[in-house]
Amino acid sequence: MSAKTADKIATAVIVGVAAFIVLVLAGLLGFILYRGVGHISFHFLTSAPETIRKGGGIGPQLFNSVFLLVLTMIITIPIGLGAGIYMSEYAPANKITSGIRLIVEVLSSVPSIVVGLFGLLVIVNLFGFGFSLFSGALALTVFNLPLMVRITEQGLKGVPREQKEASLALGLSKWKTITSVMLPIAMPVILTGTILAAGRVFGEAAALLFTAGMSSPRLDFTNWNPLSPFSPLNPFRPAETLAVHIWKINSEGLAPDAAQIAAGASAVLVITVLVFNFAARWLGRYMYRKFTAIK
Amino acid sequence: MQSIGLSAKDLTVSYGDHAAVKRVSLDFSAKQVTALIGPSGCGKSTFLRSLNRMNDLIPNCTVTGEIWIRDQNINSPSTDVVSLRQKIGMVWQRPNPFHKSIYENIAFGPRYHGTKNKKKLDEIVEQSLRKAALWEETKDRLHNSALALSGGQQQRLCIARSIAVKPDIILMDEPASALDPVSTSKIEELISELKQDYCIVIVTHNMHQAARVSEKTAFFLNGEVVEYDDTPKIFTNPQRPETNDYITGRFG
Repeated sequence: MSAKTADKIATAVIVGVAAFIVLVLAGLLGFILYRGVGHISFHFLTSAPETIRKGGGIGPQLFNSVFLLVLTMIITIPIGLGAGIYMSEYAPANKITSGIRLIVEVLSSVPSIVVGLFGLLVIVNLFGFGFSLFSGALALTVFNLPLMVRITEQGLKGVPREQKEASLALGLSKWKTITSVMLPIAMPVILTGTILAAGRVFGEAAALLFTAGMSSPRLDFTNWNPLSPFSPLNPFRPAETLAVHIWKINSEGLAPDAAQIAAGASAVLVITVLVFNFAARWLGRYMYRKFTAIK
Repeated sequence: MQSIGLSAKDLTVSYGDHAAVKRVSLDFSAKQVTALIGPSGCGKSTFLRSLNRMNDLIPNCTVTGEIWIRDQNINSPSTDVVSLRQKIGMVWQRPNPFHKSIYENIAFGPRYHGTKNKKKLDEIVEQSLRKAALWEETKDRLHNSALALSGGQQQRLCIARSIAVKPDIILMDEPASALDPVSTSKIEELISELKQDYCIVIVTHNMHQAARVSEKTAFFLNGEVVEYDDTPKIFTNPQRPETNDYITGRFG
């Protein structure tokens, strides 16, 4: 076989594989959206679910998902940034550091159901936080944190050494150099990574089954006292998220329109995650332009 | 401006077991340009980077010996490296302006060192840019991104940035080797201007440049200083055969 034919065959195979992947993804997305979009309405997005009757919505679940995401990010971002800065700029290059790095890698690949069980045993029972948004946020932190650390570390490692040296050569402290010179340059990478991580958190179900719980109290959206058990803002109440809700009604839903609700909720979930992804790309590009190119 | 020089005594720099600079002793006078020349890998850049303790950042790199400014040995562990570096500016081979506006590139250092007054900062920015012969080209777009400047302008901005924190000494690591001939001659003019106020140490691969801008020249080879003398003497009447071979282009 001549080199030219081999080249043609290789090209055809690669294009074929790529086309297959795109087709599978497009088919999957198309199917979920085709089945679900018709069911999405304002009523569906805002009203509470029904147990045995038709016409339930996903309002509280959607709210819970967003609230849980915010809680998780409030916990994850400062710790992840701090640890990432440490790993990139302060940790000495020795065995302990590579040990930490290995643990972080392992932690990020722990199956989420295992994280959920760990959350049940330690956070829910041992620490006594019960089934609550807070427990769920802590469980999600366990598997979101490694990602956040790695994103920050990679972002900072990608900053050209000359930038760091230029700042230090002006007599600026290491901390000031990190916060004023390096972090702004690393920010597009960190922000993009954070949003992608947020998308993962938003769609997570397994880690939440045993931590945030599978039910929500009858929420009163006019009650803004975060200490009241019926207030949506109370972080110590149980909360079923959208992804958990999909799993629940699919496996034990009694409402006659359970299948449609699951399809609609899935579509909402997929659309939200897509929005996260596009927002991440757009924001990353926007910030890159803003920080580097001509105004 | 007080005249301050720099003197290195028995300076040895090693990466792991490999000594890149071996027991080098050199004195740099104030208000003079000293050029460090030599073939690639001879240790001249490594030596330069040791003078403001920039090699502290490189793991595995150890620097022994003494570096004296006035009556302070800045290579001793008790030296406050952060405040030391304010006194020793540095310019790199590739222009590396911060990803900020032209104004911010210059105001960044002085503001950190305590100048908060807006008027004072404006003054420092203008003075520094004027000294770096960049004011006329940039005065109308001080708040645009520094990355929109040309390579030569960026390098002059980097020089302006380093003089804005009022150093005594400026280290330059091949400051013109990434620039076109016109920008290069601008940088050389600038160096001649700046030596009236500062002690300048410049690493260069370009021997004509060394001959044009410097008063003294040190020839490095394999981590050692082979010859250190007045520039005209090095280039017209070198005492050592290695120096002669290098400047006549027989190697390197």
